[in-house]
Amino acid sequence: MSDDLITLTIDGVPVSVAKGTLVIEAAKQAGVLVPHYCYHPGLPVAGVCRMCLVEIEKQPKLAVACATQAAEGMVVNTQSAAAKSARTSVLEFLLINHPLDCPICDQAGECELQDFTFQEGRAATRYSPEYPKRFNPVEDFGPDVLYVPNRCILCTRCVRFMEDVAQEPVLNVSERGDRAYIGVHPETRLDHPWAGNVVDLCPVGSLLSKDFLHKARAWELDKSASVCTGCSQGCNVTLDTRENVVVRVRPRPNLEVNRYFICDHGRMNYRWMNRGDRIEAPLVQRGGELHATDWQDAFERVTTVLRGAGGRVVTLVSPRASTEALFFARELFRGGALDWTGAFQVVMGEEAPLAGVPDLALRAERAPNGRGAELLGYGREYAAALAAAESAAVVLVLDEPDIPVRTAGTLIYVGTVLPERARDAHVVLPIANVAEEEGSFVNRDGRVQRYAQAKTAPGMARPAWWVFSELGAALGQGEPVGSAAEAFERVAQAIEPLRGLSYEQLGFGGRPAAVPAAV
Amino acid sequence: MGYPHKPHPKETVLLSRYFGEADARTYKGWVKRGGYAALEQARAMEPARVIDIVKESGLRGRGGAGFPTGLKWSFMPKEKKKPHYLCVNADESEPGTFKDREIMRWTPHALLEGTAIAAHAIQADVAYIYIRGEFTEPLAIMEKALTDARSAGVFGDLKIHLHRGAGAYICGEETALMNSIEGKRGNPRIKPPFPAAAGVFGMPTTINNVETLAAVPPILTKGAAWYKSLSLSSPKSTGTKLFSVCGHVQQPGNYEVTLGFPLKDLVYELCGGMRPGRTLKACIPGGSSVPILDRAETESCLLDYEGVVERGSMLGSGGVIVFDDSADMVYQIMRLARFYAHESCAQCTQCREGTAWTTKILERILAGQGKPADLDLLLDLAENMTGKTICVLSDSCAAPVVSGIKKFRSEFEEYIAGRRQPVLVA
Amino acid sequence: MSAGAHSSPSVGPEEYQPVFTEQMLEQLQEILARYPTKQAALLPALWLVQRARGWISDRHMAEVAEVLGLTPAYVKGVVTFYTMYHQHPVGRHFVQVCTTSPCNICGAEAVVQALLTATGAKELGATSPDGKWTVIEVECLGACGFATPVLVDDDFIESVTPEKVPEIVRKYK
Repeated sequence: MSDDLITLTIDGVPVSVAKGTLVIEAAKQAGVLVPHYCYHPGLPVAGVCRMCLVEIEKQPKLAVACATQAAEGMVVNTQSAAAKSARTSVLEFLLINHPLDCPICDQAGECELQDFTFQEGRAATRYSPEYPKRFNPVEDFGPDVLYVPNRCILCTRCVRFMEDVAQEPVLNVSERGDRAYIGVHPETRLDHPWAGNVVDLCPVGSLLSKDFLHKARAWELDKSASVCTGCSQGCNVTLDTRENVVVRVRPRPNLEVNRYFICDHGRMNYRWMNRGDRIEAPLVQRGGELHATDWQDAFERVTTVLRGAGGRVVTLVSPRASTEALFFARELFRGGALDWTGAFQVVMGEEAPLAGVPDLALRAERAPNGRGAELLGYGREYAAALAAAESAAVVLVLDEPDIPVRTAGTLIYVGTVLPERARDAHVVLPIANVAEEEGSFVNRDGRVQRYAQAKTAPGMARPAWWVFSELGAALGQGEPVGSAAEAFERVAQAIEPLRGLSYEQLGFGGRPAAVPAAV
Repeated sequence: MGYPHKPHPKETVLLSRYFGEADARTYKGWVKRGGYAALEQARAMEPARVIDIVKESGLRGRGGAGFPTGLKWSFMPKEKKKPHYLCVNADESEPGTFKDREIMRWTPHALLEGTAIAAHAIQADVAYIYIRGEFTEPLAIMEKALTDARSAGVFGDLKIHLHRGAGAYICGEETALMNSIEGKRGNPRIKPPFPAAAGVFGMPTTINNVETLAAVPPILTKGAAWYKSLSLSSPKSTGTKLFSVCGHVQQPGNYEVTLGFPLKDLVYELCGGMRPGRTLKACIPGGSSVPILDRAETESCLLDYEGVVERGSMLGSGGVIVFDDSADMVYQIMRLARFYAHESCAQCTQCREGTAWTTKILERILAGQGKPADLDLLLDLAENMTGKTICVLSDSCAAPVVSGIKKFRSEFEEYIAGRRQPVLVA
Repeated sequence: MSAGAHSSPSVGPEEYQPVFTEQMLEQLQEILARYPTKQAALLPALWLVQRARGWISDRHMAEVAEVLGLTPAYVKGVVTFYTMYHQHPVGRHFVQVCTTSPCNICGAEAVVQALLTATGAKELGATSPDGKWTVIEVECLGACGFATPVLVDDDFIESVTPEKVPEIVRKYK
């Protein structure tokens, strides 16, 4: 082990890193962020922006930290006068043709050009205002990407992403010298299923998402760690909310799952989280109509039904539901004399791999927690379950709109929105959606991953795990749980493959469960 | 031969001996002049022996950097595990330099023979000769020579191909040249990896300048010791070198002299000196990328790798640009800066933006709208453009600016103070 | 200079005549044999297109991309890097005059003026009304000792002076 480690000093901090580590990465481990633009850990090194120049003892010239491998005994100084002055100069060069239009730029507030200029740029430019600045019109690159060439610093991250990661080079550097810009060919568009990543990769406001265009200022956004619900891959994402509305989904780095990327399907898969037609209060059937009531009344109605139930019970669940919710929904019927069937169905789509990253794709299975549902005993024979539901004594639905037209028994609908067919339900319980609760999913590879709450749930809606845990308690199945972490603890105690895992352990990067991956 | 002029007795003609003789271009004519004997000689030797001979000769790269040729060859893997490549840099584009063009025009077989010997030494299977796109005539001559020599079977298993550039100065930088051969933009690559480890197509590669390779056959036939003895000053600079002289001299052209030759004699004797009534003002001794010498420096400069450095410049490619007292140094430096701004590949920030900004400032000074602070600004930009980028194009733009301001500051100040008639730059 | 303006006039697909058919395809095969990758044949392939069609349109770039297994955008990035590839139609005769420093001090600017006048092109980069001439200034042609060098199509002419220009222009039809 120690043979593979080397020790170097960065700004006086000794740090041990694996052989082959780049100075810029070693610096991160020493707590030093070397300013940079073209370098990105998910892309091949380009070494072109020359921003990460640092001084290395015994080397005659400044070196770029992004293309220099750490070596034993190396002494790196990122704050020497020469290094700082070189970076200040790069910033000045980058800004001479920049329009300085931060007030109308979407990137403002999360712009690395702003940040580093603030950190170590000159207070004023020496570029004469009499000189014209380079001007090129905004270009429409693809379904969701606009290119504002005037703000471009030609770091080429977008070009390298399309060339080496997406492996579909539809972007290029055109022309040369200070006339250069990012170009496309008029016959091809930036419409690759993972193209939206170029917007995240762009360190400045040059590549913009049309979807997010002028929607919010960066400093108005709240960010929450989440997991994409677009498919079974389980890409880690950040939900950006503005005044309780999800306005943007961006990838959250996770080297085990999605590296630094998410697909466009996942990126655009958030509008439903902001739906206005939500169930906001528990509803009960009275005189042929659903009427709002309080939780206690609704719970009493449900427990009455469940206590008296005999024969067949069918639970239809959404594979978008949290593992915790799926668990407590299952627990309601565990151990009784009831004939229980639980099932879920998954919408299927076309698989879209990201060629340059192994095991990363928009998966055909367009739901985040099919694996979790399976683990908890729910089956995939949805049609059979639907048929069985028609004659079941109790049909319990968890946020799945595809329910039987009629059922002989009692329908209990637990969901976010009320489908037409659920208007006959005996009781309707309002729950939070993924953005409004804490919970976890199990992805296709059996990785358990947490998501955090990003916004408040409407009205009286509560997390589904809370609803089912309260119902269980009311049925005398033990104490209810008070938090998602506690809910997960119960799951982990009961379900063998998850045994020993806890929220604390999972962190926000997740852990593999002891389950075989889906084929 | 001081082509296109009559040879001067002070020249040592080795590479330029047959310049002007159309018959030397033909395969038969070349063989008649002793051509391809060196290749046969080399073929009979172990590759390592050839490398040793070239090392002993002291031959250094004639493209600009002056790196010892034999040493460069020795960096190639001894044990061949992958295909080896040889790239020949015939992308001669450095303003002031036009020697490789003449070698290819008059003695194409000298280059082909040197190429084949080098390929043998480094165990290359394939050699690409990268000829700049504008060199239409040298390309046609090389094509003919290659076809003739190939059909005469002189290359054995070695494949030699010509690769035409398409207008990009930067492709003369060795890694940019390799990218260009690979069908890419001519962007210089970050080093390491060095070409001997991963060059063209990711394989071990050596890249040599035309003049360097043309010098190899005589080293083999006449011996390393003989070549080494050709040295007038520094023992680290051996052999002859073609100097392309242009600008304000009576007889511009290529002149071949032994290294260590006085620049003064080259300019005043071989090239016939200045035009009547004119005096020498400045000289760029090694192609436009090196610092400018003033008159005193020029007249005391010895033309070898060490001698020119002693005067504060570099031997570079041996392109000597002479300016007489009629030259407007501010304007000429602007032209050079504009050249680099035009040729910057756009990768590195300092180069992409710095070359263009430098040009704008110089244009403004020429237009009579310069500010006193502009000179310090130019120097500061030059400092920030030096030693900080992937390749040295940016440094090359800075060199004439820094040396120009240092040595001809008053000319800049006259424009800024409004004492010179402004020049409107297109 | 606008990025959008770099798109060359488009030719409808129905009118497009492929460059790489029969003989041209054979030539391309010969070129491909020189390199270990198809991509390496890009510069030579572009030269073939330019020789055949006089310039390289976006449609041509797409065709080259297809025959070499590249993307059109990649090819366009390469074409725009090299100044000798014409992205727009030019006159029947394309004249390149060196105006870099060494030629400049030897009077290259006067040669440019003489050429613009004699050819009727009048402006740099413009094509003469008869469609015959386009004249441009270029950086260093690599013949500084023979100032001023002028490249007319593939003919490299040395030591051009303004006085010699009318005679040179007359030689081309």
